[in-house]
Amino acid sequence: MSTDCFIARSPKVAARRIGDEVMIMSGLDSSLFSLNETAAILWECADGVTPLSSIVRERICPRFEVEFEAAMKDARELAESLAAHGIFLISDQPTTTEGAP
Amino acid sequence: MTSTRSPVRTDIEIGGVTVRVCSDDSKFQKLLHERFDGFVRSGGEPHIEFDIELTSSPMGDPDADVHVFRSGEEWHLERGDFRAEWNPQCGRGHIRQSVNPYAIDSVLRIVHSIVLAREGGLLVHAASCVRNERAFLFSGKSGAGKTTISRLAPRDAHLLSDEISYIRTEEQGWRAWGTPFSGELAKPGENVNAPLHAIYLLAHGKENRIDDIASSDAARAMLGNVLFFAKDPQLVQMVFQLTLGLVETVPVRSLTFVPDSSVWEMIQ
Repeated sequence: MSTDCFIARSPKVAARRIGDEVMIMSGLDSSLFSLNETAAILWECADGVTPLSSIVRERICPRFEVEFEAAMKDARELAESLAAHGIFLISDQPTTTEGAP
Repeated sequence: MTSTRSPVRTDIEIGGVTVRVCSDDSKFQKLLHERFDGFVRSGGEPHIEFDIELTSSPMGDPDADVHVFRSGEEWHLERGDFRAEWNPQCGRGHIRQSVNPYAIDSVLRIVHSIVLAREGGLLVHAASCVRNERAFLFSGKSGAGKTTISRLAPRDAHLLSDEISYIRTEEQGWRAWGTPFSGELAKPGENVNAPLHAIYLLAHGKENRIDDIASSDAARAMLGNVLFFAKDPQLVQMVFQLTLGLVETVPVRSLTFVPDSSVWEMIQ
Protein backbone atom coordinates (compact mmCIF):
# COMPACT_ATOMS: atom_id res chain seq x y z
CA MET A 1 0.00 0.00 0.00
CA SER A 2 1.33 3.49 -0.86
CA THR A 3 2.07 5.62 2.17
CA ASP A 4 0.12 8.82 2.56
CA CYS A 5 1.64 12.25 2.10
CA PHE A 6 0.81 15.91 1.63
CA ILE A 7 1.41 17.75 -1.63
CA ALA A 8 1.80 21.49 -2.06
CA ARG A 9 2.27 23.67 -5.12
CA SER A 10 5.76 24.99 -5.50
CA PRO A 11 5.90 28.80 -5.22
CA LYS A 12 8.59 28.75 -7.92
CA VAL A 13 6.19 27.88 -10.72
CA ALA A 14 3.43 29.82 -12.44
CA ALA A 15 0.21 28.07 -13.38
CA ARG A 16 -2.95 28.87 -15.22
CA ARG A 17 -5.86 26.93 -16.61
CA ILE A 18 -6.42 27.72 -20.24
CA GLY A 19 -9.08 25.90 -22.17
CA ASP A 20 -9.11 22.31 -20.95
CA GLU A 21 -5.50 22.35 -19.80
CA VAL A 22 -3.58 23.47 -16.77
CA MET A 23 -0.31 24.94 -18.01
CA ILE A 24 2.64 25.37 -15.71
CA MET A 25 5.94 27.13 -16.21
CA SER A 26 8.99 26.72 -14.04
CA GLY A 27 10.31 30.05 -12.87
CA LEU A 28 13.76 28.54 -12.59
CA ASP A 29 14.38 27.35 -16.14
CA SER A 30 11.21 28.38 -18.05
CA SER A 31 10.28 24.74 -18.72
CA LEU A 32 6.64 24.44 -19.79
CA PHE A 33 4.37 21.64 -18.61
CA SER A 34 0.84 20.74 -19.55
CA LEU A 35 -0.97 18.67 -16.93
CA ASN A 36 -3.25 15.80 -17.83
CA GLU A 37 -6.61 15.56 -16.12
CA THR A 38 -5.38 13.56 -13.14
CA ALA A 39 -2.39 15.83 -12.62
CA ALA A 40 -4.67 18.86 -12.91
CA ILE A 41 -6.85 17.48 -10.10
CA LEU A 42 -3.77 16.99 -7.95
CA TRP A 43 -2.65 20.54 -8.74
CA GLU A 44 -5.99 22.04 -7.82
CA CYS A 45 -6.11 20.11 -4.54
CA ALA A 46 -2.45 20.52 -3.59
CA ASP A 47 -2.93 22.82 -0.62
CA GLY A 48 -0.30 21.16 1.55
CA VAL A 49 -2.81 20.18 4.24
CA THR A 50 -5.17 17.75 2.51
CA PRO A 51 -3.76 14.20 2.59
CA LEU A 52 -3.14 12.67 -0.81
CA SER A 53 -5.36 9.76 0.23
CA SER A 54 -8.29 12.15 0.66
CA ILE A 55 -7.70 13.70 -2.75
CA VAL A 56 -7.61 10.27 -4.33
CA ARG A 57 -10.67 8.97 -2.46
CA GLU A 58 -12.82 12.07 -2.95
CA ARG A 59 -11.72 13.39 -6.33
CA ILE A 60 -9.92 10.80 -8.40
CA CYS A 61 -11.70 7.53 -7.65
CA PRO A 62 -15.21 8.89 -8.36
CA ARG A 63 -14.01 10.70 -11.49
CA PHE A 64 -12.26 7.73 -13.10
CA GLU A 65 -14.16 4.88 -11.40
CA VAL A 66 -10.99 3.17 -10.19
CA GLU A 67 -10.09 1.19 -7.07
CA PHE A 68 -8.54 3.23 -4.28
CA GLU A 69 -5.38 1.13 -3.90
CA ALA A 70 -4.43 1.33 -7.59
CA ALA A 71 -5.38 5.00 -7.82
CA MET A 72 -3.35 5.84 -4.72
CA LYS A 73 -0.26 4.12 -6.11
CA ASP A 74 -0.59 5.95 -9.45
CA ALA A 75 -1.24 9.30 -7.76
CA ARG A 76 1.80 8.92 -5.53
CA GLU A 77 4.01 8.13 -8.54
CA LEU A 78 2.56 11.05 -10.46
CA ALA A 79 3.09 13.44 -7.54
CA GLU A 80 6.69 12.28 -7.15
CA SER A 81 7.28 12.75 -10.87
CA LEU A 82 5.91 16.30 -10.74
CA ALA A 83 7.94 16.98 -7.61
CA ALA A 84 11.06 15.90 -9.50
CA HIS A 85 10.28 18.69 -11.99
CA GLY A 86 9.89 21.19 -9.16
CA ILE A 87 6.13 21.52 -9.56
CA PHE A 88 5.08 19.95 -6.25
CA LEU A 89 6.55 19.85 -2.77
CA ILE A 90 5.88 16.54 -1.01
CA SER A 91 5.91 16.15 2.73
CA ASP A 92 4.99 13.59 5.36
CA GLN A 93 3.46 16.37 7.41
CA PRO A 94 0.95 19.11 6.54
CA THR A 95 2.68 22.21 5.18
CA THR A 96 1.69 25.79 4.56
CA THR A 97 1.56 26.96 0.97
CA GLU A 98 2.10 30.65 1.55
CA GLY A 99 3.46 32.24 -1.60
CA ALA A 100 2.20 29.49 -3.84
CA PRO A 101 0.40 30.60 -6.98
CA MET B 1 45.22 73.88 -20.43
CA THR B 2 42.88 70.95 -20.59
CA SER B 3 39.54 70.61 -22.28
CA THR B 4 36.71 68.28 -21.48
CA ARG B 5 34.14 66.98 -23.88
CA SER B 6 30.60 66.59 -22.62
CA PRO B 7 29.00 63.35 -23.67
CA VAL B 8 26.33 63.73 -26.31
CA ARG B 9 22.98 62.37 -25.29
CA THR B 10 20.69 60.48 -27.62
CA ASP B 11 17.20 59.72 -26.35
CA ILE B 12 15.59 56.65 -27.92
CA GLU B 13 11.89 56.27 -27.19
CA ILE B 14 10.20 52.94 -27.80
CA GLY B 15 6.69 52.24 -26.58
CA GLY B 16 6.71 55.42 -24.54
CA VAL B 17 9.84 54.35 -22.62
CA THR B 18 12.85 56.58 -23.22
CA VAL B 19 16.39 55.29 -22.91
CA ARG B 20 19.17 57.91 -22.96
CA VAL B 21 22.49 56.81 -24.43
CA CYS B 22 25.47 59.00 -23.49
CA SER B 23 28.68 58.90 -25.48
CA ASP B 24 31.24 61.44 -26.61
CA ASP B 25 32.01 59.52 -29.78
CA SER B 26 30.47 61.29 -32.78
CA LYS B 27 30.72 58.23 -34.99
CA PHE B 28 28.74 56.20 -32.48
CA GLN B 29 26.14 58.94 -32.10
CA LYS B 30 25.70 59.08 -35.87
CA LEU B 31 25.26 55.32 -35.90
CA LEU B 32 22.55 55.58 -33.22
CA HIS B 33 20.62 58.17 -35.21
CA GLU B 34 20.74 55.96 -38.30
CA ARG B 35 19.86 52.74 -36.50
CA PHE B 36 17.00 54.19 -34.50
CA ASP B 37 15.66 56.57 -37.12
CA GLY B 38 12.15 57.68 -36.17
CA PHE B 39 12.63 56.76 -32.51
CA VAL B 40 15.16 59.44 -31.50
CA ARG B 41 13.42 62.25 -29.69
CA SER B 42 14.49 65.43 -28.01
CA GLY B 43 13.31 67.01 -24.77
CA GLY B 44 11.96 65.44 -21.62
CA GLU B 45 13.55 63.24 -19.03
CA PRO B 46 14.54 59.66 -19.81
CA HIS B 47 13.35 56.64 -17.86
CA ILE B 48 16.78 55.00 -18.11
CA GLU B 49 20.22 56.45 -18.81
CA PHE B 50 23.23 54.49 -20.05
CA ASP B 51 26.82 55.68 -20.24
CA ILE B 52 28.66 54.06 -23.10
CA GLU B 53 32.26 52.93 -22.83
CA LEU B 54 33.53 52.19 -26.32
CA THR B 55 36.37 49.76 -26.84
CA SER B 56 38.82 50.34 -29.65
CA SER B 57 38.48 46.80 -30.98
CA PRO B 58 35.64 44.27 -31.08
CA MET B 59 35.12 42.59 -27.71
CA GLY B 60 34.04 39.11 -28.68
CA ASP B 61 31.59 36.86 -30.45
CA PRO B 62 28.20 38.55 -31.09
CA ASP B 63 26.70 35.10 -31.67
CA ALA B 64 27.62 33.89 -28.19
CA ASP B 65 24.81 33.12 -25.74
CA VAL B 66 23.41 36.06 -23.87
CA HIS B 67 23.39 35.96 -20.08
CA VAL B 68 20.97 38.17 -18.19
CA PHE B 69 20.83 37.94 -14.43
CA ARG B 70 20.18 40.06 -11.38
CA SER B 71 22.54 40.60 -8.49
CA GLY B 72 20.78 42.53 -5.74
CA GLU B 73 19.07 45.43 -7.45
CA GLU B 74 21.46 45.46 -10.40
CA TRP B 75 20.90 43.68 -13.69
CA HIS B 76 23.86 42.26 -15.59
CA LEU B 77 23.60 41.79 -19.35
CA GLU B 78 26.45 39.94 -21.02
CA ARG B 79 27.23 38.62 -24.45
CA GLY B 80 30.48 38.16 -26.33
CA ASP B 81 30.29 41.64 -27.82
CA PHE B 82 29.00 43.64 -24.84
CA ARG B 83 28.77 43.88 -21.07
CA ALA B 84 26.21 46.05 -19.37
CA GLU B 85 25.00 46.79 -15.87
CA TRP B 86 21.76 48.53 -15.07
CA ASN B 87 20.07 49.49 -11.83
CA PRO B 88 16.32 50.06 -12.33
CA GLN B 89 16.07 51.72 -8.91
CA CYS B 90 18.18 54.70 -9.93
CA GLY B 91 17.50 54.31 -13.66
CA ARG B 92 21.18 54.34 -14.61
CA GLY B 93 23.49 51.90 -16.27
CA HIS B 94 26.74 51.37 -18.11
CA ILE B 95 27.47 49.58 -21.39
CA ARG B 96 30.88 48.45 -22.62
CA GLN B 97 30.99 47.65 -26.32
CA SER B 98 32.76 48.48 -29.56
CA VAL B 99 31.36 50.88 -32.15
CA ASN B 100 28.69 48.74 -33.77
CA PRO B 101 24.90 48.93 -33.87
CA TYR B 102 24.19 45.32 -32.92
CA ALA B 103 25.37 45.40 -29.32
CA ILE B 104 23.36 48.49 -28.33
CA ASP B 105 20.38 47.11 -30.26
CA SER B 106 20.55 43.88 -28.23
CA VAL B 107 20.97 45.72 -24.94
CA LEU B 108 17.88 47.81 -25.69
CA ARG B 109 15.85 44.69 -26.56
CA ILE B 110 16.82 43.06 -23.27
CA VAL B 111 16.18 46.18 -21.20
CA HIS B 112 12.78 46.71 -22.81
CA SER B 113 11.83 43.06 -22.26
CA ILE B 114 12.51 43.49 -18.53
CA VAL B 115 10.78 46.87 -18.29
CA LEU B 116 7.79 45.52 -20.19
CA ALA B 117 7.42 42.43 -18.01
CA ARG B 118 7.20 44.66 -14.95
CA GLU B 119 4.71 47.00 -16.62
CA GLY B 120 2.46 44.40 -18.21
CA GLY B 121 3.89 44.03 -21.70
CA LEU B 122 5.82 41.71 -23.94
CA LEU B 123 8.33 41.70 -26.76
CA VAL B 124 7.19 39.12 -29.27
CA HIS B 125 8.99 37.47 -32.15
CA ALA B 126 6.47 38.81 -34.63
CA ALA B 127 5.92 41.23 -37.46
CA SER B 128 3.19 43.76 -36.80
CA CYS B 129 1.33 46.50 -38.57
CA VAL B 130 -1.51 48.97 -38.14
CA ARG B 131 -4.33 48.97 -40.65
CA ASN B 132 -7.59 50.88 -40.29
CA GLU B 133 -6.40 51.99 -36.83
CA ARG B 134 -6.15 48.39 -35.64
CA ALA B 135 -2.93 46.52 -34.97
CA PHE B 136 -2.22 42.98 -36.18
CA LEU B 137 0.60 40.69 -35.10
CA PHE B 138 2.09 38.00 -37.34
CA SER B 139 4.03 35.66 -35.13
CA GLY B 140 6.34 32.81 -35.95
CA LYS B 141 9.87 31.52 -35.83
CA SER B 142 12.47 32.36 -38.45
CA GLY B 143 11.22 31.28 -41.88
CA ALA B 144 7.53 31.40 -40.92
CA GLY B 145 6.91 34.41 -43.18
CA LYS B 146 7.25 37.52 -41.03
CA THR B 147 9.43 39.35 -43.52
CA THR B 148 7.39 38.07 -46.47
CA ILE B 149 4.07 39.32 -45.12
CA SER B 150 5.72 42.62 -44.17
CA ARG B 151 7.01 43.07 -47.71
CA LEU B 152 3.54 42.37 -49.10
CA ALA B 153 1.83 44.94 -46.85
CA PRO B 154 -0.37 47.39 -48.76
CA ARG B 155 0.26 51.11 -48.75
CA ASP B 156 -2.40 51.83 -46.19
CA ALA B 157 -0.71 49.55 -43.64
CA HIS B 158 1.81 51.05 -41.23
CA LEU B 159 4.57 48.57 -40.48
CA LEU B 160 5.43 48.46 -36.77
CA SER B 161 8.19 45.87 -37.16
CA ASP B 162 9.09 42.97 -39.42
CA GLU B 163 10.75 41.08 -36.55
CA ILE B 164 10.18 42.18 -32.93
CA SER B 165 6.80 43.50 -31.85
CA TYR B 166 6.10 45.51 -28.73
CA ILE B 167 2.75 45.05 -26.99
CA ARG B 168 1.47 46.29 -23.66
CA THR B 169 -1.70 46.13 -21.62
CA GLU B 170 -3.59 49.31 -21.01
CA GLU B 171 -6.96 50.08 -19.46
CA GLN B 172 -8.76 49.42 -22.74
CA GLY B 173 -6.80 46.28 -23.57
CA TRP B 174 -3.62 45.39 -25.42
CA ARG B 175 -1.87 47.93 -27.64
CA ALA B 176 0.93 47.41 -30.16
CA TRP B 177 3.75 49.90 -30.68
CA GLY B 178 6.29 50.36 -33.43
CA THR B 179 9.88 49.37 -32.79
CA PRO B 180 13.21 50.02 -34.50
CA PHE B 181 14.08 46.35 -34.03
CA SER B 182 14.16 45.09 -37.59
CA GLY B 183 14.76 41.75 -39.24
CA GLU B 184 15.60 41.00 -42.85
CA LEU B 185 13.94 44.20 -44.06
CA ALA B 186 16.67 46.12 -42.19
CA LYS B 187 14.26 49.00 -41.82
CA PRO B 188 12.88 50.42 -38.54
CA GLY B 189 9.15 50.23 -38.00
CA GLU B 190 6.97 53.30 -37.83
CA ASN B 191 6.74 54.96 -34.45
CA VAL B 192 2.97 54.65 -34.14
CA ASN B 193 0.65 52.53 -32.00
CA ALA B 194 -2.87 51.12 -32.06
CA PRO B 195 -5.15 48.71 -30.19
CA LEU B 196 -4.19 45.09 -30.84
CA HIS B 197 -7.00 43.49 -32.85
CA ALA B 198 -5.70 40.00 -33.66
CA ILE B 199 -2.66 37.74 -33.62
CA TYR B 200 -1.92 35.40 -36.50
CA LEU B 201 0.42 32.43 -36.26
CA LEU B 202 2.06 32.28 -39.66
CA ALA B 203 2.48 29.30 -41.95
CA HIS B 204 3.24 29.08 -45.65
CA GLY B 205 0.70 27.14 -47.72
CA LYS B 206 -0.99 26.73 -51.09
CA GLU B 207 -3.97 28.93 -50.26
CA ASN B 208 -4.86 31.84 -48.05
CA ARG B 209 -6.74 30.62 -45.02
CA ILE B 210 -7.47 31.69 -41.46
CA ASP B 211 -8.26 28.93 -38.95
CA ASP B 212 -9.29 29.00 -35.32
CA ILE B 213 -6.97 27.19 -32.94
CA ALA B 214 -7.41 25.90 -29.40
CA SER B 215 -6.50 28.43 -26.75
CA SER B 216 -3.99 26.01 -25.22
CA ASP B 217 -2.25 25.60 -28.60
CA ALA B 218 -2.24 29.38 -29.01
CA ALA B 219 -0.70 29.73 -25.55
CA ARG B 220 2.04 27.21 -26.32
CA ALA B 221 2.85 28.93 -29.60
CA MET B 222 2.94 32.39 -28.08
CA LEU B 223 5.05 31.29 -25.11
CA GLY B 224 7.55 30.00 -27.65
CA ASN B 225 7.61 33.35 -29.44
CA VAL B 226 7.90 35.73 -26.50
CA LEU B 227 11.36 37.21 -26.13
CA PHE B 228 12.62 37.00 -22.61
CA PHE B 229 16.24 36.65 -21.67
CA ALA B 230 16.41 37.07 -17.91
CA LYS B 231 16.94 34.16 -15.56
CA ASP B 232 14.66 35.55 -12.89
CA PRO B 233 11.89 33.36 -11.43
CA GLN B 234 9.63 36.25 -10.50
CA LEU B 235 9.78 37.85 -13.95
CA VAL B 236 9.42 34.49 -15.70
CA GLN B 237 6.18 33.97 -13.81
CA MET B 238 4.98 37.45 -14.78
CA VAL B 239 5.77 36.83 -18.45
CA PHE B 240 3.92 33.49 -18.29
CA GLN B 241 0.80 35.07 -16.81
CA LEU B 242 0.93 38.00 -19.23
CA THR B 243 1.22 35.70 -22.24
CA LEU B 244 -1.69 33.51 -21.19
CA GLY B 245 -3.71 36.62 -20.38
CA LEU B 246 -2.94 37.89 -23.87
CA VAL B 247 -4.21 34.67 -25.45
CA GLU B 248 -7.40 34.88 -23.40
CA THR B 249 -8.20 38.43 -24.47
CA VAL B 250 -6.90 38.81 -28.03
CA PRO B 251 -8.00 36.41 -30.79
CA VAL B 252 -5.15 34.14 -31.88
CA ARG B 253 -5.61 32.29 -35.18
CA SER B 254 -3.44 30.50 -37.68
CA LEU B 255 -2.83 32.27 -40.98
CA THR B 256 -1.76 30.10 -43.88
CA PHE B 257 -0.81 32.16 -46.90
CA VAL B 258 0.67 32.14 -50.36
CA PRO B 259 3.37 34.75 -50.89
CA ASP B 260 1.40 37.37 -52.76
CA SER B 261 -0.51 40.47 -51.73
CA SER B 262 -3.90 38.70 -51.82
CA VAL B 263 -3.36 37.60 -48.22
CA TRP B 264 -3.92 41.19 -47.11
CA GLU B 265 -7.52 41.04 -48.38
CA MET B 266 -8.23 38.96 -45.26
CA ILE B 267 -6.52 41.38 -42.89
CA GLN B 268 -8.60 44.48 -42.48
